[in-house]
Amino acid sequence: MNNREIKELIISTPLSELFAKYPYTMNYFSAIRVEILNKQRTLAQAVKDIPEEYLEDYGLTSELFISNFVSFIDQMENDKQPAENLVESITIIGGHDKFGDPEKANIKIRRGEITCIVGPTGSGKSRLLGDIECLAQADTPTGRTILLNGLPPDDEHRFSVESRLIAQLSQNMNFVMDLTVVDFITMHAESRMVENVPLVVKNVIDCANELAGEKFTGNVTVTQLSGGQSRALMIADTALLSRSPVILIDEIENAGIDRKKALELLVKKEKIILMSTHDPMLALLGNRRLVIKNGGIARVIETTPAERDNLNKIERIDNKIMELRGFLRSGEIIDFDIDQFFSDQPPVLHEANNFSGF
Amino acid sequence: MKLITVSGPPSSGKTSVILKTIELLSSEGFKTGVIKFDCLSSYDNLLYEEKGVPVKVGLSGNLCPDHFFITNIEDGLNWGVKKGLDLLISESAGLCNRCSPHIKKVLAVCVIDNLAGINTPQKIGPMLKFADIVVITKGDIVSQAEREVFSHRVKQANPVAHILFINGITGQGAFGLAKRLKKATSTETLLDNHLRFSMPSALCSYCIGQTRIGKDYQMGSVRKMNFSLE
Repeated sequence: MNNREIKELIISTPLSELFAKYPYTMNYFSAIRVEILNKQRTLAQAVKDIPEEYLEDYGLTSELFISNFVSFIDQMENDKQPAENLVESITIIGGHDKFGDPEKANIKIRRGEITCIVGPTGSGKSRLLGDIECLAQADTPTGRTILLNGLPPDDEHRFSVESRLIAQLSQNMNFVMDLTVVDFITMHAESRMVENVPLVVKNVIDCANELAGEKFTGNVTVTQLSGGQSRALMIADTALLSRSPVILIDEIENAGIDRKKALELLVKKEKIILMSTHDPMLALLGNRRLVIKNGGIARVIETTPAERDNLNKIERIDNKIMELRGFLRSGEIIDFDIDQFFSDQPPVLHEANNFSGF
Repeated sequence: MKLITVSGPPSSGKTSVILKTIELLSSEGFKTGVIKFDCLSSYDNLLYEEKGVPVKVGLSGNLCPDHFFITNIEDGLNWGVKKGLDLLISESAGLCNRCSPHIKKVLAVCVIDNLAGINTPQKIGPMLKFADIVVITKGDIVSQAEREVFSHRVKQANPVAHILFINGITGQGAFGLAKRLKKATSTETLLDNHLRFSMPSALCSYCIGQTRIGKDYQMGSVRKMNFSLE
């Protein structure tokens, strides 16, 4: 929408029509509790109905109310544009480590690729992520340069993409709102101004259930979900609803969630994935690993064919461990020959019949 | 010297954000000082002193903290100039949500955290609405969905501000703020400059020490609620 069209909306469109066309504009009014305006009037007329003292309590004047409204529509229309399509690739051009030694890195990361970040705590992983987030142009302490789609982003681009470039998933994250799963995802979908909110919400929940070890319905509150269910919901929500083209993952714990499927989902959604992990299965699932040492990228390892072969074996062991978890959950005894179990022979299971607790 | 006003609800992470930003600024040779405005007590000066940041604490005591702020900021500016600072940050907590220390033509930052609840951006009024930059903290402990909903609500309340996410513990994101502070215009004097928004009108009998309850003791600027049953 251009400025002329916005002006037109304000001067000659009745509020009822404005709300019908741009439902999100209603929030702008309800935020200061002026839902009870005469909807037959235009914004320019209606704002005169609000007493000046009332606006003042909200830190507003009638001019500011209108000029903010214009910026609001502008922002929201801009937000509607999916940011995920803006970024095809990210290039990291090395700077130097904390001793001033140059990083010999020039790494291009594309959509649908997984890049793992390995290195001890405090080695400089969050600096690297910070550099990507603010699109460093040799102007951060590391001297790194980040290119978007192979080019240095111009200031305007930097401004429009910066705060929504990166979505994050980490083990420390929790849901803090006390809402049901449906209400929670609905709220997110509404803030993203998606077309068919109920359908999107259903898709997110179905998708999360495909990842979660134990299924859940949309009627439970998000704070009641188990660790694995929460993580599954966060990943499905981020894949399907987050606008950010880049996803930063800080480990995915090995409990209650199918981690391989989770990553495949994000890859399928064409996200650029950066994952900090020391889990061999996750690390070898990646296309490459960046080894961080002393604040710099010390090495870039492309996953080799031999590592891919090993990945299959590691996955088999991982599946076996998952199977053992399943046994525990359903009350089985783990007394069978474990070597045989890992060598792919089906185990002979015994029901737990020696339990005398009741 | 550049003057920056930083405001935000108590415990939103103002001091952590400022400390991480100053760390980056001082590594580039910018000399930065802080004036911390608080009500009853403050220990934040110790955190600043530990990092070698020149700091001055002002406690408003029984006065309205924002009236206290605006009657002292001009002298504060002169203190910063005498100290030879390149950048002076005033830090104050918006305690009644109606307060805003932001001054015209002086870069204004509001710090607010993801744990504050999604209605908070609408509740905190002028200190958020009149800010040029809104810093959102504690994003590392809530879900991506909550982060996105929260920043959407901030945009509803202040569609013109630039939003930055900063992790006050690791400092991730602080670089973006440091970069913008460096670009702030200098403030030579505050004489005859204006606040962006008027301070809360508070001039009733209770402001000047009345403690007794009852209609007869309420004088000056008084607003009554409507409790009629209909």
